[in-house]
Amino acid sequence: MIARLRKLRQVSPFQIVLVTVFTALAAFMSLPIIFIFSHAFKPKNELFLFPPRFLVQHPTIHNFEVLLLHASNATVPFTRYLFNSLLVVSLTLFSVIVVSTMAAYVLAKYKFHFKGLILSLITLSLMFAPETVSIPRYLIINGLGLNNTYFGHILPSLASPVAVFMLVGFISQIPNDLMEAARIDGASHLGIFTRIVLPLSVPAVATISILTFQTVWGDVETSTLFMQKEAMRTLPFYVNSLLSGLQNNVAGQNMAAAAGLLIFIPNLIIFLLFQRKVLETMVHSGIK
Amino acid sequence: MKTEVVPVIPSPGAVKPPSPVQLRWRRFVKQIRKDAFCYLFLAPFLICFLIFIVIPVIMAATLGFTSYDGFGKPHFIGFDNYISLFTQDIVFLTKALPNTFLFALIVGPGGYILSFLFAWLIHQLPLRVRDYYTLVFYAPSMAGGVALSVVWIAAFSGDRVGYLNNFLLQMGWADAPVTWLQDPKYLLKVMILVSLWMSFSVGFLAMLAGLQTVNRELYEAGRIDGISSRLQEVFYITIPSMKPQMLFSAVMTIVSTLKAGAISTQLTGLAITPQYSGHLIINHVDDYAFIRFELGYASAVSVMLLLISYFVMRFAYRLFNSKGEQ
Repeated sequence: MIARLRKLRQVSPFQIVLVTVFTALAAFMSLPIIFIFSHAFKPKNELFLFPPRFLVQHPTIHNFEVLLLHASNATVPFTRYLFNSLLVVSLTLFSVIVVSTMAAYVLAKYKFHFKGLILSLITLSLMFAPETVSIPRYLIINGLGLNNTYFGHILPSLASPVAVFMLVGFISQIPNDLMEAARIDGASHLGIFTRIVLPLSVPAVATISILTFQTVWGDVETSTLFMQKEAMRTLPFYVNSLLSGLQNNVAGQNMAAAAGLLIFIPNLIIFLLFQRKVLETMVHSGIK
Repeated sequence: MKTEVVPVIPSPGAVKPPSPVQLRWRRFVKQIRKDAFCYLFLAPFLICFLIFIVIPVIMAATLGFTSYDGFGKPHFIGFDNYISLFTQDIVFLTKALPNTFLFALIVGPGGYILSFLFAWLIHQLPLRVRDYYTLVFYAPSMAGGVALSVVWIAAFSGDRVGYLNNFLLQMGWADAPVTWLQDPKYLLKVMILVSLWMSFSVGFLAMLAGLQTVNRELYEAGRIDGISSRLQEVFYITIPSMKPQMLFSAVMTIVSTLKAGAISTQLTGLAITPQYSGHLIINHVDDYAFIRFELGYASAVSVMLLLISYFVMRFAYRLFNSKGEQ
């Protein structure tokens, strides 16, 4: 029995079966993604065709045109949501990277008071989901006067325990000798940080960028809770509001399809660019 | 004790030797000053962390003991919120709690096991094609709830044009179109299915990475020690070797499972699902907080949710730590 299994492992039948079954499964899993693409390019008559067709027959970009020219509440055009989203995402991404790498650098490489406390707080707050305490967060944002400002979108995401946690894991495996050498050459703390630590932690930075991008780009919560002015809300909120009427009526389904694709595409591009880096980082980011 | 001869310099106002507390305090301040740049580097993160994570949790805990409508002043009512939560809130007890329980029990461990299974299978594939499979499995969670709602709504649409209904009708497995998203019988099941589909997220990537860290020589050694099947290999070598990633992934799964709630709203377009059939604890919080404006009570509910996730997490830690010590 053992010998047979061992033989099986070296020969390929196992792999062949595995690959076939697994490919079928993967194809099944990717149906929604294919559907997003094909749905967005369907002309209106194909969207409600009976029997429904999965793939588009006569692709058109009409849906995107409608979406681009559509204004919700007759005042806020689609482009405003897009602009808000782009602005919020890029600012958040930049600040999260700066803030988290700085914090992770000292947490990983220096000894000081409260370090243990801070690290255990961060590990504990990995389980934190902002959704659970949306009420106090709403009160705080209101109290600070941040509602209806871009800060209301950006600042809450700066507190990102996951990002710091991953970075600490990654930065602590950068050899101390490198930093020591730089110090002997007269580099300041800031110099070591910008010249040595930052360049070496590019994979980890790429990873947290992806994760941050995904959460912020798809986030509806800040728009719903902290923004009362329609003009300050972001793209996912808009798409969500398009969707909310969708279950019962047909108008807007073409726009929703196009908008769904628009939300998905940037995620896809960024992930494709950094996929390898992500795995490289995750190796160092377990909870020990 | 050492006795030293200290040259006594008479100083104005005869300085007393500093007390040990003072000494320690001074040393503390000195160290803080020495490490000033550490605190400087930490400051931006810590401030945001305090304002948006620590303080909200404390506030939620405090508000849970009050009655507060968002306009007046919160007034203290002790444990009343918790008492009525567990004795009077029928919706919570008969809908939100069991629904969340069922949802989390299937989506949590189920998604976790599936993530590991698929990560492991992907790892068995040749290196060249791994990236494509990773992408395929990761894509749904990457697209996120908002983008995918377009798909789910079309797939589970209640009329004959819905893809699932059309498929069932054509195969002759159903006589009439099923209103998947409006029928209380099916909504929770659809939610579970959809969430499982999107459960290959960060944790999945962490597992993939973890699999790469497993030392290949261990398999060789294990074979000599009498490990005969792949299943044994997985249990005795693979999982113990990638414990840190398994734990990280477990924590991520727990969080994303317990905070799920938006999915029911996205699927049905309603804040409150028909007959509370897809009502999860998070929906209950939102219901009381932003529809009924009973912020005190809603806070009490969210504190319960935080406690649940804390204890589940402790359980996960226990699970993976004990396995490592064997």
